[in-house]
This record gives sequence, structure tokens and C-alpha cells, in this order.
Amino acid sequence: MSGKVRVLIAKPGLDGHDVGAKIVSRALMEAGFEVIYTGLRKSGEEIAAAALEEDVDVIGLSVLSGSHLPICDRFRELRSKHQLGEKLWLVGGNIPRKDVPALEELGVDGVFPVGSPLQSIVDFINEKVS
Amino acid sequence: MSDAVFNESGLEIKPVYGPDDVGDPERIGAPGEFPFTRGIHALMYRKRPFTMRQYAGFGTPRETNERFHYLIEQGQTGLNVAFDLPTQVGLDSDSDMAAGEVGRVGMAVDTLEDFEIAFEGIDLEKITVSLTINGSAAILMAMYFALAEKRGYDLARLRGTAQNDILKEFVGRGTWIFPVEQSMRLVGDTIVYCAEKIPRYSPVSVCGYHIRESGANPVQEMAYGFCIAKAYIDLVLERGLDIDSFASRLSFNFDIHGNFFEQISKFRAGRRLWASIVRDTYGAKDPKSMWLRMIAGGGGGGLTIEQPENNIVRGAYYALISALSGTQTMALCSFDEAYTIPSERAARISLRTMQILIEEMGLADTVDPLGGSYYVESLTDEMEKQIKTVMAEVDSQGGIVRAIAEGHVQNAVSRQAYEHHRKLESGEIRKVGVNCYQVEEEQPDIEFHPTNEQECSKKIGRLQAIRAERDSTEVDEALSAVRDSASGRENVMPSVMRAVTAYATVGEITDCLIDVFGKYPEPIRF
Repeated sequence: MSGKVRVLIAKPGLDGHDVGAKIVSRALMEAGFEVIYTGLRKSGEEIAAAALEEDVDVIGLSVLSGSHLPICDRFRELRSKHQLGEKLWLVGGNIPRKDVPALEELGVDGVFPVGSPLQSIVDFINEKVS
Repeated sequence: MSDAVFNESGLEIKPVYGPDDVGDPERIGAPGEFPFTRGIHALMYRKRPFTMRQYAGFGTPRETNERFHYLIEQGQTGLNVAFDLPTQVGLDSDSDMAAGEVGRVGMAVDTLEDFEIAFEGIDLEKITVSLTINGSAAILMAMYFALAEKRGYDLARLRGTAQNDILKEFVGRGTWIFPVEQSMRLVGDTIVYCAEKIPRYSPVSVCGYHIRESGANPVQEMAYGFCIAKAYIDLVLERGLDIDSFASRLSFNFDIHGNFFEQISKFRAGRRLWASIVRDTYGAKDPKSMWLRMIAGGGGGGLTIEQPENNIVRGAYYALISALSGTQTMALCSFDEAYTIPSERAARISLRTMQILIEEMGLADTVDPLGGSYYVESLTDEMEKQIKTVMAEVDSQGGIVRAIAEGHVQNAVSRQAYEHHRKLESGEIRKVGVNCYQVEEEQPDIEFHPTNEQECSKKIGRLQAIRAERDSTEVDEALSAVRDSASGRENVMPSVMRAVTAYATVGEITDCLIDVFGKYPEPIRF
């Protein structure tokens, strides 16, 4: 596939903390990716629809409210329903280490808790999407 | 010569300050006198120490009521209610979008019954209550007033505060519901309603706080906050109210983290500038209208997940800054608040931090102990100039409402947040435990405040029971009155009061308003 890697950064749930999502969006853009940011308070359905419509390679969910497990559990179903399984699935935000295995179990490809270097996200995408 | 030093707002700091750096003593003035640089009261904490008001609320109203009683028993003198996200964005606990979020970051509220439980056993005349609510503020304020009325309090004497600063929600925090213009109309309605019916209540607390948390520097925090406050004043003046009939009830909420003296100077500068704006731009006569009354608290933005115990130390410095700045009310983010809502122990440490300042450190002994400091007075002057400059920039861009509606403010602060983050990553800005003095040992994992799923499902059951039990004819009529008042030009508050009194839910009333107002189209900027 030619052209830029396309990344959807999404804010699922009701959490309004978007500083991190915006910082990551800008960092990915500067790293040469095409970034689509959804804005706040998107349902799983809206995020899945945006991923399809924008034909992205990567879906990144940013959650700081502590609701990441129920949110990702719902998104997992939508992911298979809409055949989004090929797309790299990332989750970032306020995520305890002990929840990482559970997220991976749900199919999340990479978890980037608060404090993860921006470059580590860029490198991960470059390694997985080519 | 050492290298030049700048504070976060970009002002150069000299190695030494002296008498020549202090401006006109008239501009400093005396405490309790215009321009109030040294404080809004003559005796400040000698007469009454700052109110201690920790932000609290989680799970169900019953659980929150227990935490309230605990904090009051521990010596807290005011309450600051945290609501869960569904309540903040106008959803009922059984809404699809609320799944997984009920009671998680604050107390879940659906009907007046929840307020009856949350404030059980609390004397609302002795303990003032601050409601941290914005998008759905008109509804939750109405609920509070309806509760007070039901319990027999005289609304003419009722005190308390609602955050109700919707403009800053569009910049940061994000619990908006309706479009900008309609949201502003609701703020106007609440201010006018309170000025007429509940004159001692503070209907708006303008928050520079969240704008700073979103990436603004201290000068921008004050400047954007003042521009927003002016927008609310303009709105109410257009409705024909006199400035002195409501300006004294506007209050502010500001953030503390970062450079010690920069924060203190920003508050002293802000107090002086706000007094001039209200007197000279708006022609206020009553000195109380010119007072910058504030809650100034230790901000979450300064706290770190890394080595969280260091946050106890940071919190103590933030509290010291707040006391040295002449705040009316203090709240501190607790040491675990970088990643969760505070545990009881963490909340108590924050409260003790404030009590230690008053009881042991002599911070209440004398007014504005830093007044006259060469450095502080000079920096106060410089910060004031910079705040004015940023306010003039906003005016030249067509005013704050337009700048926010078009996303320009959001763009500016998120760009700064990004640059700040990059500097943290490169080590240009140092943060202890984050990019220097890290420890090799395993950090403790994040522990979220437990959510009691059983209690939450019981709450949803009760909500559904209330819907079945209440007088449905009255609810329908009250809701259609809300729709009618929103469609017209009359104040929505009387109809919202009627609806909450009939046990209409937060979600039902919000939906009526959405039918008329529509929803905010979020501009996507990063």
C-alpha cells in the first residue's frame, strides 16, 4: 500500500480529558502519519463507522476515566462485526499495568499508559504497519 | 553573568530585585481597599480562615453522603460535589451511553431524590455547597434549590456556588451539551434567576483552572478567565440588570502548579486587574462587585503518576501558595488524584495539609505577608501587563465567545500542551521523578477507586421505580413547560424548578432542551 499510514484517534465514552489524545494526534502527524481525531464522547458504533469511512490502518482509543475495560470489551464486538480486525488497535491513557493482559486478551495490539514516550507509539506503528 | 531565566509565562526573572523595581505604592494599596492587590478583606484570615473544600463524590448518593459526613467530621468547612460523567452531560444512569460510567468519577444523580439522600444530615446553612457542574448546571442548580425549599430553608438566605462556566468546558474538560449560544443563554438565565430569587448564591465560578490544565500558561489562564467572565457580564447587562445587582456573586476558580512566585503574583495581579475592569469598564459602584473572590487550589496538572508520594509535598507547596495569595477557598488535588478519585486517606492528608498551615504555620496571622516584597510586587506588575495584553489580543480576534466557538483558543492551548510535553520528554523542562531522579524500583500500580456495581444497579432499579411512581401528568406538563420556555425568551429556571420538583430526571429535562437547542458541534482541533 502506498501513501501515508492513516490513524484514527478516538475518545470513546464520556470522559472529556483530551489533552493526551491531542498531544498524541499531533505527534503522529509530525511523524508523517495521516491523523483523524474524532473529538469527544463517541460511541463504539461511531468510532467503528469512522474507521471504515476513513479507511484507517490504526485505531487508537484514549481513555482516562477508568472505564477502559468495559469500553474495550464493547469495541471488541464491534471490531469483529465490522471486520476491523486487520487494523492495528491501540489503547492509551490512564491504564493500570495489571489491566494490560486483559486488554491484550480482548485483542488490543498495543497499550500505551500515561508516561509512554511519544516515540514509542510512532515506532510501534511503524513496526506493525508497513 | 548567568543565563537568562524566564518563568512559564515568558517573563524574564532578574537575579536580584530592589526598591527601584517596586512601582507606585498606590497601586499596591491596603487590604480590603481598591484595587485590592493585597486581598479583598481588610483582615483576611485573621477574621476567617480560608474555607477548606475538597472535591468529593463517587458512586451513589448514599456512598457520597458518607464521605461528606466523614470530611465534615474531619474539619472540612465546605463541600464541593463531584458528579459522574453521565450526570455532567445530562444522561440518566440507565442510558446506553452511560454504561460503565455510572458513579465512576463522581456521584450519579438522576432525580431530586438523589439530592435528598446526598445531603441528608447536612445543614445547608452551616456548610456551603459547591456544585461542580456545567453542561447540565441549570438542572442540578434547580435540584439544589428545590431541595433547600423542600427542607424549609429561606432561598433569600441560601449560599453556595455552582461552577456553571460553560465557555471553559468548550476549551477543556469537555462536558458541554448544547451549542455555544444556547449554552450561554442558560448561564444568563441562571444568573438572572439567582439575582432575583437567591441573591446570596454564586451562580457561576469562572474557571481559569481547566484552561490551564489544558495547556494554557498562568497569564493565559487569568486572561481567558477574565474574558469569559466579561462575556457572562455582558450577557446579563444586555438583559437589563445593573452591574451591582449580580457582579459580587460571580466567583473564580484558578489553578496552582508550577513556579511558586509566578502563581502568587498572578493572583495579586489578577485581583487588581479584575477590580479595575469591573469599576472602570462596567461602572460598578459597590466595592463588593469589584472583588475577585476565588477558590485557588492545587491542580492535578502538577501531580505525577510517578512516585506519587511526591505529590503530598507538591500539594503542601500549592496550599502555601494559595494561602499566600489570599484565596477565599482552598482545595487540593490529593496525592493519588493523578490517576484516581481520592481515597479517604489521601483526602484526609490534603485536608490536614491545609489545617497545618492555619494551626501550626501562622499563615492566618497577618494579611498578605509577601506584600512589599521587591520581587513579588515587581512580578505582580509585570503579570498584570501581560494579562492585559492577552485580553486585548482576544478582543482583537472578535472576542472570547467567537474565539472559542471557532476553536482558536482550543487550538492555541493544545499546541502549547504539545510543546510542553515535548520539552518534558527532552528534559528541557524538569519534572522530579518523571524526567530526573527517577527510581529503578517497581512503581506501585494504579489503583482505581472501587466502583460498587451492585449499588449502581440498585440505583438504576430505583430510577426506574421513581419513573413509575411519580405523578406522570405533572411530569409531562412540567417537561412541556421546559420545552416552551426554552423555545421562547423567558427564563427557563422556573420551569426547570417545576420539573425537578416533580421528579423529572436529569436526562428527561436535558432531552427537552436538546430538542429545542440542538447539540454542540465540536470543532476538531489538535
